[in-house]
Amino acid sequence: MTHISMTVDGVRYDDDVEPRTLLVHHLRDRLGKVGTVVGCDTSNCGSCTVLMAGNSVKSCTVLAVQADGSDVTTVEGLAGRDGSLHPVQRSFHETHALQCGYCTPGMIMAAVDLLAENPDPSDDEIREGLEGNLCRCTGYQNIVKAVREAGAAMRTSGQQVPPAKPAERPETAAQEVTT
Amino acid sequence: MIPAAFEYSRPTGIDDAVRALSEGGEDAKAMAGGQSLIPMLRLRLAVPSVVVDLAGITDLGGIRDDGDALVIGAMTTHDEVLNDELIKTHVPLIAQATATVADRQVRHRGTFGGSLAHADPAGDLPSVAAALDASFEIAGPAGRRTVPASEFFVDYLTSAVQPDEILVSIRVPKLGGWGSHYEKFSRVAQAWAMVGVAAAVRRDNGTIADARVALTNMGATPVRARAVEEALIGGPASADAVAAAAERAAEGAEPSSDVSASADYRSHLATVLTRRAVSAAGRL
Amino acid sequence: MTVTEDRSGAEVGRDRRRKEDSRLITGRTMWTENISLPGMLHLAILRSPMAHARITHIDVGPARELPGVVEAIAGRDIADIQGSLPCAWPVTEEMILPDYPPLAVDEVRHAGEPVAVVAARDRVSAIDALEAIEVDYEPLPAVLDMEAALADGADLVHSGHGTNKCFSWILDSAEAGTGDDVGRAEADAEVVIKRRYLQQRLIPAFMEPRSVVVDPTGEQITMWSATQIPHILRLMLAMATGVAEHKIRVIAPDVGGGFGGKLQVTPEEFIAFAAARRFGRPVKYVESRSESMLSAHHGRDQIQDITLCAKRDGTVTGLSVKLLANMGAYLGIVTPGVPLLGAFMYNAIYKFPAYRFDCTGVFTNTTKTDAYRGAGRPEATFAIERTMDELAAELGMDPLEVRRRNWIGHDEFPFTTVAGLTYDSGNYEAATDKAMELFGYDALRREQDERRQSNDPVQLGIGVSTYTEMCGLAPSRVLGQLRYGAGGWETASVRMLPTGKVEVVTGTSPHGQGHETAWSQIVADELGVPFDDVEVLHGDTRTSHKGLDTYGSRSLAVGGIALVNACQKVVDKAKPIAAHLLECDPADLEFVNGQYQVKGSPGAAKTLGDCALAVFTSHDLPDGVEPNLDADATFDPGNFSYPHGTHLCATEVDTETGRVSIRSYVAVDDVGRVVNPMIVEGQVHGGIAQGIGQALFEEAVYDADGNLLTGTFVDYLLPGSPDLPDFVTARTETPATDHPLGAKGVGEAGTIASTPAVVNAVVDALRPLGVSDVRMPCTPERVWQAIRDARNGAHEGGERS
Repeated sequence: MTHISMTVDGVRYDDDVEPRTLLVHHLRDRLGKVGTVVGCDTSNCGSCTVLMAGNSVKSCTVLAVQADGSDVTTVEGLAGRDGSLHPVQRSFHETHALQCGYCTPGMIMAAVDLLAENPDPSDDEIREGLEGNLCRCTGYQNIVKAVREAGAAMRTSGQQVPPAKPAERPETAAQEVTT
Repeated sequence: MIPAAFEYSRPTGIDDAVRALSEGGEDAKAMAGGQSLIPMLRLRLAVPSVVVDLAGITDLGGIRDDGDALVIGAMTTHDEVLNDELIKTHVPLIAQATATVADRQVRHRGTFGGSLAHADPAGDLPSVAAALDASFEIAGPAGRRTVPASEFFVDYLTSAVQPDEILVSIRVPKLGGWGSHYEKFSRVAQAWAMVGVAAAVRRDNGTIADARVALTNMGATPVRARAVEEALIGGPASADAVAAAAERAAEGAEPSSDVSASADYRSHLATVLTRRAVSAAGRL
Repeated sequence: MTVTEDRSGAEVGRDRRRKEDSRLITGRTMWTENISLPGMLHLAILRSPMAHARITHIDVGPARELPGVVEAIAGRDIADIQGSLPCAWPVTEEMILPDYPPLAVDEVRHAGEPVAVVAARDRVSAIDALEAIEVDYEPLPAVLDMEAALADGADLVHSGHGTNKCFSWILDSAEAGTGDDVGRAEADAEVVIKRRYLQQRLIPAFMEPRSVVVDPTGEQITMWSATQIPHILRLMLAMATGVAEHKIRVIAPDVGGGFGGKLQVTPEEFIAFAAARRFGRPVKYVESRSESMLSAHHGRDQIQDITLCAKRDGTVTGLSVKLLANMGAYLGIVTPGVPLLGAFMYNAIYKFPAYRFDCTGVFTNTTKTDAYRGAGRPEATFAIERTMDELAAELGMDPLEVRRRNWIGHDEFPFTTVAGLTYDSGNYEAATDKAMELFGYDALRREQDERRQSNDPVQLGIGVSTYTEMCGLAPSRVLGQLRYGAGGWETASVRMLPTGKVEVVTGTSPHGQGHETAWSQIVADELGVPFDDVEVLHGDTRTSHKGLDTYGSRSLAVGGIALVNACQKVVDKAKPIAAHLLECDPADLEFVNGQYQVKGSPGAAKTLGDCALAVFTSHDLPDGVEPNLDADATFDPGNFSYPHGTHLCATEVDTETGRVSIRSYVAVDDVGRVVNPMIVEGQVHGGIAQGIGQALFEEAVYDADGNLLTGTFVDYLLPGSPDLPDFVTARTETPATDHPLGAKGVGEAGTIASTPAVVNAVVDALRPLGVSDVRMPCTPERVWQAIRDARNGAHEGGERS
């Protein structure tokens, strides 16, 4: 067992884990963060995408021990504490960018990461930027539209992406320690 | 799927890492970004007893200017490579090829050195390193050694880095006055290269003064297309000359036949893509 | 009931944003994998590494000794309770229906077949323990090629049955009295086109891998499963295992896609059911993607030999289809029925006078095939639309002109086809005209000419697909004639709550289609209540005891009608109560925008909510009136639903590398009246994407030993966002005539239409080079090879006369 400590969606967790534990299984099985899902075992589908230190990663291809000391944001940590949706979440809803919704958490997190680097991407840049995420329902067209519109909304509102770090959200700094 | 159990260590120094690998014996495995290793662990295609995580070794990071070359720390992530001004200025070929590696998420975790040490012939960076005549600094129990690209890629998924060694850095000569291009061909955006061609060309007015061409996935290791280079160097910088030279792209290559392409088709692609890559590199 | 004509503020027809989304975009979704129960054991399944072998020895003992492991069992340990997996569609009386034990007992017949299961306190321990199970296999010859499998002396998949032929099934228009004799048509034909098309094997590849949780500790055994068919699953569990039906509860919680791939009763469900019963503890099984690729059923895999007879003016005089359909090693829930769903569709939108369909089902040592989006109809549509292009090429005609000569005119509906179906409505001219305009057909043809003239290495191709399909499965009587084991009705109930809110229970089982939203829109209009006052309940046999679930583009076209009918019953039941409250005669009341009002004096009115409250208190109801507004309705369609449309695709084909890129894609679909255009468009987008997947990217490949080479997403290539274009979509609207909604199915339309549109475009680009076919998927290598073969004079795609 290896001791690790990470902050997930604004809450710090300390745990002992087997080194072979994947980050996504740690999130789901130990921390109850079941919003992040697993869709493959070859790092292709991107359903498990989360932000780690602000960068998108595939949490099925990161060991929990590698995330020791990291700040992780999952789809569950995107909305405000008052339930207000992140602009990317809102635009996915508005543009019908999801059907079954299984790829959606990863797709949203990948889009948040893309817009953080490129706030005004072209459609081609969006398509390239989401190449690590597979969707079987939508044909991607409305996803591209959602990302484009979310980018526009964020540029207009000056919304910060990715969401404010926990340190800047003192109200979420409560610590939860699990064993 | 879930990996089989293994021990884990996260040394902070190069010597510590080498020691950990030596102590771990044959089944110890060094892990850089883990983007190739972890899927293999999950499918239990790799079952190491010990995984030595190199992420804690700060000496393995960073890109520095070393006169006529850049020295790229092995643990530099693809994302860092893509955003590095030295790379963009002096070896844009690396940036261009790196942008085609996997996807954003993988590029955030995967490393330059890890991709090279993994030595997957379908990987994009080995052929780039071969084309650039990169050299590799390796640390092991006996100290440091430097290996040229021509000796670094040994076989399928096998580099010169021994189980008790780690790759420290990659030295890449600057390409002042050269044009370069990486041409990748894959069936879908996220697929591995069926064939890729890394080309660098130095023109002297109407002639091609120097040329380097290396092929991705045309054998168990990246292949330098020497016949193409010989045909190009000293010849005219013309579309016809490039096309004629490119016809020799597959000479000496031994591409595999597998579920994604036959050897014949790969050889054909190598000629077409070589022509395109050299033309783009030479701005023809 | 008085249907209000006043549709002001009507919900039906609006782009309502989906109710489902809020949980899906915030990560609060209830996937089966998220379910955890006290004392729950985790299952891992050991699977056969061989395509065909006898199990000579199996010992699970060593696995039992490992830490965390509670139990390990092999097939023979549960042979008495595991049951045999059912096939609900024995298409002929003589059909061979082999035993299908969920855990193999003596023999394995495809790679990935389950042979043992481990139950442990956690998933990791269960997976680790698989390696300790000892199995000895005696290899048997693997039967892989369908034609070889049918040859005399072939090795057998099921040795006890003496043949690999599962069934043969014939539809002949002369014998059925629906048309002429196709043999005669061929003898008299001026032109005969013969082609062989290969429908490659596909993997549905829903994004959520399947998972199942079983809790045996209550009065009912409860199963949660990532399934499209909770109702059918309960029935099949009861019938196959002997557990009484009322002692089983099945729940489909949020389900992450299906595309027919979760229209199945799976070995894993049965294994989990048996394991939970045996251990007396809850169990959970979650498949990995690699397991899903091996074990979840595959789709397509047919060989189609087509003979099309015509006159030189382009009039088709007859069509003959000889079909080999790969069943795989066993028969799933509707495996043998899939090619039959195609049988009625080869004649498509055309007025062919003679038709014969001759199908043979074949066993092989591969994963079983079964429904995949379109199920039989994409295969049929592909073959006829490809062949119509071949006819056009043979005659030197424009492919659209050939189609026009043969299609059913909009003034000829209802039209009874040579396959015996009666198409209720359609307007192929309107959809085609609209598509051509949006596509810029003539300009693209000009550009194509220019590129041909200039020998451009990148050639332009234009592909046409004018399709229809039969969906809205299905009229029960027809299903009975086809020997299907169930009916095709659907059911819905409406529960009026005292505060005027509404709960709707549907027998459909959505997994991405947005029923919660669309059904709310329908109810809002029918009952005159706000959209947000409707809650749609589904996918739990305890709340929704009856239903036939979701597949075959049936949910709206069948289940939606049941819902409309149930709403109408509620409105009828409330009327005497409203009249009582208003102290008037029921005959004087009309129901307008959710209110009962006295005809001619809209001032005095009672809402449905007023009536619901009156029923709740029951203090003052008219004599003899039951205090209950709830109603249910079951709708059995009188006919199938026949959406249609015209899809046009322009491809650029790099003749040097063989790479195909889609330059533009126009889809004009006619799905009748539309409840939610946004959802319909989404269905079309996704359907087109999957059809393009078959045309260009996807193929399940086995090696010579029967190992699946494309067992992960590294090798089974799903198109990603950069691999697909934007689609231009539009609609024409020719309402279905058979029911009050006028809606036709939409779920499968895009997939059915797009595959031939794309391949026709690829072939069209290359035809001047002598290419007349490219096998699917049209990979760069196959395109390159086709060009090379044509240059070398080799024939591709069959003979031409």
